[in-house]
Amino acid sequence: MSGEASKAISKEVLWGGGRSPFSVSYGKMMMWYFLVSDALTFSGLLVAYGFSRASATDAWPIGEQVFRALPGLEGQYPLIYVALMTFILIVSSVTMVLAVEAGHRNDRSAVLKWMGLTIIGGFFFLGSQAWEWSHFIHGSGGSFLLAEDVTVTGPEGETFELTAGDAVYMDHHFGHLMEMHLAGNTAVTLSEDGGHVVLTELGDHPHEAHLHGLTLNKYVEGETVIEGGAMMDLWNARSADFAFGANLHDSEYAYQQSYSNFFFFITGFHGFHVFSGVIINIVVFLMVLNRVMERRKHYEMVEKVGLYWHFVDLVWVFVFTFFYLI
Amino acid sequence: MERDDLIVNDSYALNAHHSEEEGVAIRKKIYMVTVILSVITAIEVGMGVMFKRSETFTWTAIKWTFIILTLFKAGYIVMTFMHLGDERKNLRNVVIIPYFVFIAYLIFIALTEGAAHFGLDLMFH
Repeated sequence: MSGEASKAISKEVLWGGGRSPFSVSYGKMMMWYFLVSDALTFSGLLVAYGFSRASATDAWPIGEQVFRALPGLEGQYPLIYVALMTFILIVSSVTMVLAVEAGHRNDRSAVLKWMGLTIIGGFFFLGSQAWEWSHFIHGSGGSFLLAEDVTVTGPEGETFELTAGDAVYMDHHFGHLMEMHLAGNTAVTLSEDGGHVVLTELGDHPHEAHLHGLTLNKYVEGETVIEGGAMMDLWNARSADFAFGANLHDSEYAYQQSYSNFFFFITGFHGFHVFSGVIINIVVFLMVLNRVMERRKHYEMVEKVGLYWHFVDLVWVFVFTFFYLI
Repeated sequence: MERDDLIVNDSYALNAHHSEEEGVAIRKKIYMVTVILSVITAIEVGMGVMFKRSETFTWTAIKWTFIILTLFKAGYIVMTFMHLGDERKNLRNVVIIPYFVFIAYLIFIALTEGAAHFGLDLMFH
């Protein structure tokens, strides 16, 4: 954007007081300083994540195997949902920069239009994040740890030597029925039928569900589905140690609790920034609506909230790479 | 001190104004950056889906590709969307240089310590 920033200012006035050596207003400069400090905070979090990961002796979950669900759809769509969230945030960043541009032309109705769209984009992102958290917390089927050593044969004849304490993963439908069973609230009848675990009764009424297979290494390298008799060997070797989804004490995704904790903290802290950004956007939107900026004859407040909003997008770009991709 | 961002005759804010014609060029640039950011994101997701994590050189190269693409995206967001590229050079420097000095140090120290910690864990596991 052209402005005084691109003009030369004589050396005598630069530090003589009375004007900013940076050719920006006090508010805008302080917004930049705040963003630098906030960027350091987020970098600290991501670096802490890197530290945990570099020092982890157990396998670290792979992003495209943890995040591969879409709302309301069966099947696997690795990273598609996160890509969608990224795209929503980029688009809302674009509408924000268009609002800033309109402000520089004193075009009030265009500022309102683009800021309105930015706020809607922000709500879309928050909603997406709510679904992702909910999905992460509920998990995709749950896992149990083995009580004893088992050797099983995979679908291609390969042999897996599992030791007590290794995790085995259930499928989505069955795992969630087991969750109720283990909570002790429901009478659940389980039986064995032709290499499946079959559930025939849930509570007072008959309910049929089959456990068709168990997955090894679900969230790390070498994911394999074990079916039939080998599956029964795994099932029979189970311990009472089950995990469903993730919370602050338990996680089906990784042995290291730090994986889920970092997920909650980093995406949560970012989501909190998005939330406060939406609130500040609404406040500035209302100021524009009340013609405050017209009285001031400039829309710099839109530009400043825009800086914050772009920063939130910028952080997400890094979270996307370091948490989901690498 | 008078709040210079709230007074009506704020020369800095007023100087950021531009004409309709300049606006057309600026919007064109914004749309171009949008396309660049979307394409880079699509490439990243495609690569993430296609390549599996492994202990090979290929994966190391892909990892660095991700990081470089991310830095490109970050550069476009900061320089164009936040128009730091249009600010005076001294403002640009006080924002970028301290940040990179601290973060380069932090990344170096955390990864070195993390790897050392990993070695200790293996030793005493």
